[in-house]
Amino acid sequence: MLEVTNLHVYYGAIHALHGVNFQVNAGEIVSLIGANGAGKTTILHTLSALIKPKEGKISFLGSPITASSPEKIVKAGLVQVPEGRRVFANLTVRDNLILGAYTRKDTAGVAHDLDSVFGRFPRLRERSRQVAGTLSGGEQQMLAIGRALMTRPKLLLLDEPSMGLAPLLVREIFNIITEINREGTTVLLVEQNAHMALGISNRAYVLETGRFVLQGKAGELAKSDEVRKAYLGG
Amino acid sequence: MKNLRSTLLIFVVAALGFGALQALIVAEILDDYTLQILCVAGINVLMALSLNLISGFTGQLALGHAGFMAVGAYTTGVLLVHAHWLLFPALVAGGLMTALFGLLIGIPTLRLRGDYLAIVTLGFGEIIRVAINNFDEILRWAFNSPDMVGWTGGPTGLSGIPGYATNIMVNNPAAFLWIYPIVVLSVVLVMNLIRSSHGRALVAIREDEISAQAMGINLFGMKLTSFTISAFLAGLGGALYAPFIGYLSPPGFDFLRSVFFVIIVVLGGMGSITGTVIAGIGLTFLQEFLRTSAKDAGNGLVVLIQQNLFPSTISAGAWSVDLVPLSQVLFGLILILLMIFRPGGLMGTRELPLTRWLTTPWWRKKELLP
Repeated sequence: MLEVTNLHVYYGAIHALHGVNFQVNAGEIVSLIGANGAGKTTILHTLSALIKPKEGKISFLGSPITASSPEKIVKAGLVQVPEGRRVFANLTVRDNLILGAYTRKDTAGVAHDLDSVFGRFPRLRERSRQVAGTLSGGEQQMLAIGRALMTRPKLLLLDEPSMGLAPLLVREIFNIITEINREGTTVLLVEQNAHMALGISNRAYVLETGRFVLQGKAGELAKSDEVRKAYLGG
Repeated sequence: MKNLRSTLLIFVVAALGFGALQALIVAEILDDYTLQILCVAGINVLMALSLNLISGFTGQLALGHAGFMAVGAYTTGVLLVHAHWLLFPALVAGGLMTALFGLLIGIPTLRLRGDYLAIVTLGFGEIIRVAINNFDEILRWAFNSPDMVGWTGGPTGLSGIPGYATNIMVNNPAAFLWIYPIVVLSVVLVMNLIRSSHGRALVAIREDEISAQAMGINLFGMKLTSFTISAFLAGLGGALYAPFIGYLSPPGFDFLRSVFFVIIVVLGGMGSITGTVIAGIGLTFLQEFLRTSAKDAGNGLVVLIQQNLFPSTISAGAWSVDLVPLSQVLFGLILILLMIFRPGGLMGTRELPLTRWLTTPWWRKKELLP
């Protein structure tokens, strides 16, 4: 579904990604794990064309998107839930969700999806007329995910969905991610919480200072000594 | 449906207001002076509305709206004076020319993230005055004819602009007939734009550019559209101003005027149209009141002090104090107080729930509150 080859990204003189290769197959949950500053968010931003790579190819559903604009990529079905949730704080929950469907013209489909997002997150339905900035962190994360679902993504990119949330909420969010995946959306997950991420993923890549150092089935990586030492606390 | 209903309601209310004002004019309760200030208020509302669209709703600070006003005013003025255009096409041309300027400024500037638009529009506002000052000289040089009659009048200004009425004594009532409907139409236009999905996209850009982009909103395209519409409305404000005032000169469009529009927007609430309308009318009247009353108040105070403290020394009225400069201080003080007690402006980002007031019986209002 997604094929990334030899991706090089620079921030000015800083070489952030040193030739990254990976792919995501339809129906999978794939995790990118790694410490702060490893380049995880850079990869996601490059996929969404928020940053232009210096070198490399990205192809999505068989067609190259490296030179595409961010809005075309969203229309194609590659949608990102940005790091730190970034809900539209002064807009109501409902307006946030409707903005998710900005690229769509099918009014009936949007109404249906709005209903199904409210069905998935009953908390959001209760607060649909409340301003998004007044929601709790967990609710904001649900809203951010719901907003992305409103675009009808084929591949959902999630950037640190566990950030700043209580353990119980993290579990809930990860359950929701699994559920979304089971209903047919492919997921690319970026996480520092390696334990949780490996728990729900099919495959994973371990990123260190702009390079993949390990990759494989999530279950095997969780057992490997290097990963355990570096990311799972022994 | 809801939008259509509230649009119709605004028109009905506006028409009623218009009728009431006309009745007051006919009954000679509303004098010519008040009418003149009402016209200025209308133009200020239009200017602030335009600024609110780009700065309040789209979140891109612009500091050169006096410059846009100048472009609109001079375009219309020159067309009326030198090309003898009819009023309506000249007004439209003023708006369109300014929209073109907005487009030309926006294309290079709005691609950048951050406050570049503020800096560039600030510069534009200054440059445009210098450009108008020297426009005739450049024209003479370009056509290589030193005796050519200029267009803008340069530093001497552009005078003799035909008014809304051929009889100058009734120019203000005639101006009001044009300004009022155009301002109402512009308010409705912006209000419906903001409520559309594109309007929501503009607000999304203000709230969070990265998220807006992640939702598939074309940042540059939407910002440019908003800025161009804003420039058009500002140009229209200037265009309406030219035949109203009859004489244009570059110093009238200085930075302080741009700041005045920013003050209206901030005071009314960035992102509130009703706030802009209220603050625009209120501040225009307040400024006029302080300007005219301060002198009388100052002299009155002096007389009072003389008579009570130094009854024998100087005869009353021998010296006087001008409180006009002080009125600026008072103006500033009012603004500071408002910002302390209402930091989001009078209305914040809310609107007056006009539709609900007029269509819902009072006993049901409580249940409908969100």
